[in-house]
Formats: sequence, C-alpha cells, structure tokens
Amino acid sequence: MNSLLKNSRTLELVFTFVGGLMLLFIVAPLAGMYFGTSLHALSDSASTKEVQDSIWLSLWTSMAGTVLFSFLAIPLAYILARKQFPLKNLVNSIVDIPIIIPHSAAGIAVLGVVSRTSALGQAADSIGLRFVGHPAGIIVAMAFVSIPFMINAARDGFAAVPERFERIAMTLGASPARAFFTISLPLAWRSILSGFILMWGRGMSEFGAVIIIAYNPQTAPVMIYERFTSYGLAYSLPIAALFVAVCLSLFLVLRTVKKQAHDVETR
Amino acid sequence: MLRLDNISVTAGSFQLKNVSFAVERGDYFVILGPSGAGKSLLLQTIAGLRNPISGSIHLRDTDITKEKIQKRNISIVYQDADLFPHLSVYENIAYPLKSRKRHHVKESVLGAAELVGIRDQVHRKPDTLSGGEYQRVSLARSIAADSDIILLDEPLSSIDSKARGELRALLRTINRKGITVIHVTHDYEEAISVANKIAIMEHGEVVHVDSPEEIFRHPKSEFVAHFIGVKNFLRGSLGSNPHDELKTFVTKGLKIFCLTEVADGDAFLMIGPDEISIAHSQQAVSNRNNFRGIVKDIAHARLGVEVTVDIGCDLVVTISSEARKSLNLEIGKEAWVSFKASSCRIYRSGEDRQ
Repeated sequence: MNSLLKNSRTLELVFTFVGGLMLLFIVAPLAGMYFGTSLHALSDSASTKEVQDSIWLSLWTSMAGTVLFSFLAIPLAYILARKQFPLKNLVNSIVDIPIIIPHSAAGIAVLGVVSRTSALGQAADSIGLRFVGHPAGIIVAMAFVSIPFMINAARDGFAAVPERFERIAMTLGASPARAFFTISLPLAWRSILSGFILMWGRGMSEFGAVIIIAYNPQTAPVMIYERFTSYGLAYSLPIAALFVAVCLSLFLVLRTVKKQAHDVETR
Repeated sequence: MLRLDNISVTAGSFQLKNVSFAVERGDYFVILGPSGAGKSLLLQTIAGLRNPISGSIHLRDTDITKEKIQKRNISIVYQDADLFPHLSVYENIAYPLKSRKRHHVKESVLGAAELVGIRDQVHRKPDTLSGGEYQRVSLARSIAADSDIILLDEPLSSIDSKARGELRALLRTINRKGITVIHVTHDYEEAISVANKIAIMEHGEVVHVDSPEEIFRHPKSEFVAHFIGVKNFLRGSLGSNPHDELKTFVTKGLKIFCLTEVADGDAFLMIGPDEISIAHSQQAVSNRNNFRGIVKDIAHARLGVEVTVDIGCDLVVTISSEARKSLNLEIGKEAWVSFKASSCRIYRSGEDRQ
C-alpha cells in the first residue's frame, strides 16, 4: 500500500527530522549523564554497600508491591473489562487518579492512611507491622502511584479476549473459575505482563510518594536526591547513572522475554 | 429427549416468539431459516447462553430452563473461531474431559481425534489448521465432552465445498453413532443432506417441523417455497447402471436418469420447473428423460404459467404465457415432458442411516 509518507518525500523528511529531535530529547540527557561520569566513579559507586542496598531495596520493594497488588488489580481489571454498571466511567477515572496527582500529594494521602495515628496504622502496629520509615510503607507508596498501569493494561487485555471463548469453556463443563484461569487469564497474560513490567518500572523509580512515607531506608531515587542536595551534582551523578543502567537492563530483559513468549505463542 | 415449550427470548429489538419443538434421542435435527430468523439465538438459548423471558426447556424430562451453562451437558460448535487459540489441538479436545475430571483423558482425546480423522494433527495449534481440519477439531472436542446434544451453528459455512462434502459425511457418521445433533443452517441443501427432521424458522418463529420430505413437498413457508425446484421434490432410491455413467432414480414406478456422483441408496431428487420442457406430442429430443402425462393444473405464477403434469407423480413445469397458448395446453389433455439427466439434483437422504 502506498502510504502518506511514501507519496510525499518532503513530509517524510520533515517528520523524520522532527521525530529525530523528539528522540534526542529523551536520549541526550541520559547520554550526557554517562559521558559526565567517569568509569572509575561508576565502579566506586557500584562497590559501595550503601548504594547497592538502596538499589536492591528499590528493586525488591517495587516487585513486592507489583506482585501483591496484582492480586487485587486483576479481578478489578476483569470486572471493568466485562461488566457494564452505573458509574463505570467514574471507576475508570478513579483508577487513573494516581497518575495525574502530584506524587508528593499521593505520598501525603497514603501517609494519612498508614501513619500510626490512623486506624489502619494502629491495627498494623498491633501486629508489629509498621509502614512509616519501613519497606512496607515504601511498597504501599510505590504501588499507589504505579497501580494504574497494571489495571489499565490488564483491563485492555481482558477486553480483547472474546467472551465467546469463556462461554464455550462453560458449555464444555468448565466452572466460571476454571474458565477464567484456563482461558481468560492465559489469553490476556501478555497485556498483564506488560502492565506488570510497567508497574514495576514505575514503582522502583518513584520518588515523591516514597520520600514522604520513608526517607529511610533510602531507595535509589531518594539517595540520588539526598546526595544531590547534600553534596552536589558530582556525587549524585554516578548513583543516578548506575540506577538508570540497572532499570534499563531489567526493562530490556523483560521486553525480550515477553517478545520471545509472544513468538512462541504465535508460532 | 429435548423439549422446548413456548420459548420466548428478547435480544435488543429482536424476539423469538413461542418456540416449541421436541428433539428425540439420536435425531439429526436441522433448524433451517434465512439469516436473521433467530436460529443462532435459539441455539444459544438451548445452550444456556441466553435466558428466555418465558417458556421452558426440558432435557431428559428435567427442567433445565434456569440450569447453569456448565451443568447442562450441551455443547456448541460455531462456524469458526471457537477453538481456544492458546491451546494445542490435543489440549482443546482434552478441555471438557479435564473440566469434568474424567479418567483416561488421553484415550478419549485420541479416540475422538481418530473418529474425525485428525489423529495425526493433535500437536498442532488451531491457527495452523485448514478450515475443514479446524471444524473437525471443534467436533472432536464436542464428542469428547460426551454431551447429551451437540449444537452446530452454521458449522459448514466458512469452509470450501470439497471439505464441506467430507464434513457432511462425517456429521452423518457421528449422528449414526447415536449422538443427538441440532444443526442450524440457512442452506437447504445442507439441511436435506443431513437431517431426519427439519424445523423451519422465520422472523423469530418456528413455522414448520417435519421430515425433510414433507417440508419440501408441502411447504408451509414462503421461504421454503422460494427454493428453486421445491415443487418437484421426489423421494426414491438411487442405483447405478452397468455400462452407463448415468444413474437411475426410482420413485413410484418411474425410472429417472440422472447424472450425479451421489452414492447409491435412499435419496431426494429435485428438478427446477424451468428446467423441464413440455410439448403436446413426443418430440425427438436428446434428453434422456421423456414422460407422457396428463395436464392436471394450470396456474398463473409470478413469472409465466405453472403447468402441473401427472406422470405417475406430479411434475410442475414453468413456461411463458405465449408458449402455453401456442402449445394449446388444457387441463385433462395429454402432454409430454422431458428434461436432461444433468438437470436432476440428487441429495443423499438424511434418514438413510443404518
């Protein structure tokens, strides 16, 4: 098919140039960060236990939040994909709220719920679970700001599964639960995995909400900020470069795994 | 075995109205009707995918009107895209067996695959199958489900004509094994080639339920009457002739030559009223079929004149008004009819089951 771009050399050139600028806008600051950091400073940073701990903390708390909250997000996503009910648009908008509000405000809101003065905070405290200044609080803060990615991706995934398959499964004797776990969930899993990756990535890079709930223990974004305000750019740059490298490599690995799974599925 | 009493269903502005019929164990029951008549909606209601607003459905004398889908033991095969795309052919066929926690899953899967002729395809994924293979797998899955009734929603409409012929034969085989089938189609050839009972549906109502022979001989519906050749619908038996490529169709003492590949046995013959020539005396024609008869009726039709000639059975011939005048045809007078062996359309009878 002859596309719009194929028929207009000028349009193609203009779009390529503008698109290139756009890409440069994303890539240039990151590249600058690596050019501005010596290999020596990077390896120094990487071998510091404090830095290692903060990166590890960011990774595992975000993963824990993603896994834990997936159990709540997936049923909600399924209902949003399948059921029509009054105020459904409102519910869809509520799901997106964490994306649009300032994350420091999100942190304040979450703090109100989990602080030791709140009912939930007191109940948790009575069984020895603390949120403020603890990894549990970091998990909640990260999940709060990143859960929309999971719900939206899973909802779109479920919506793309024809309901007919679920009905056929039931005419073949499957209970609704079996139809969900053997048909709907596997057919939507690629979207769910996308949501999972996005939620994890968004969670571990969260700064605003996390710093309000837990300044310590320090996640990598908080440590980058702390080094910057206390010691300046030169001290925060290596940690930033290191953390970004870790995030990007994980992102690439997961994207590859997802693509391979897709290729196997469609073979 | 299955009984519908005054079933009414609403879907948007469309309504199924007071549908009643009964299907006996081992029946091959075809619901025939034009697109939009409500056939699929009726099938979905039987399967439990839709709830009727009134009426009742009984299966083996148990009221299943409000029974859950998964408890009905009625499976459904659609015209396409109904295999689970993420599962292999084997896993698709095994699905109902695992759902019902049956033993000997492997034997049952391979047995069903063998019956439909796809045993060597079980490792494949649905999207790599041809249209005919796909429908066979779908049938195998329903057979493995060991359902009381298999519902088929236009199962042959998305496959090529060669595969369609093979699948019809397979459907008859499956039915001969005692499996009760309800098959929805808009194609009357498909209907008479498999059915032992046909229900005609129009505008959300079942207007006629009978054997294929009665349905086409005495059409109560315009839909049926519109089928070409429905006026000349004969039941008889087909036999081969030595030294002749033509076969002989015998009905009521008449021997009609026909050019067909249909196997010998009970069959239906249809011939279009406009494919028959009529004359007042015997003509020298190349047609293999020439019969003397008496003009029984002459009636004006939408196009031309319909002349009914009794040649041992009634044959309706369509001619123009001018032809009628020049032939001077009158009721009670002698007339000769002739038609080509290749004009006869032969369908294997759905009741031919042993």
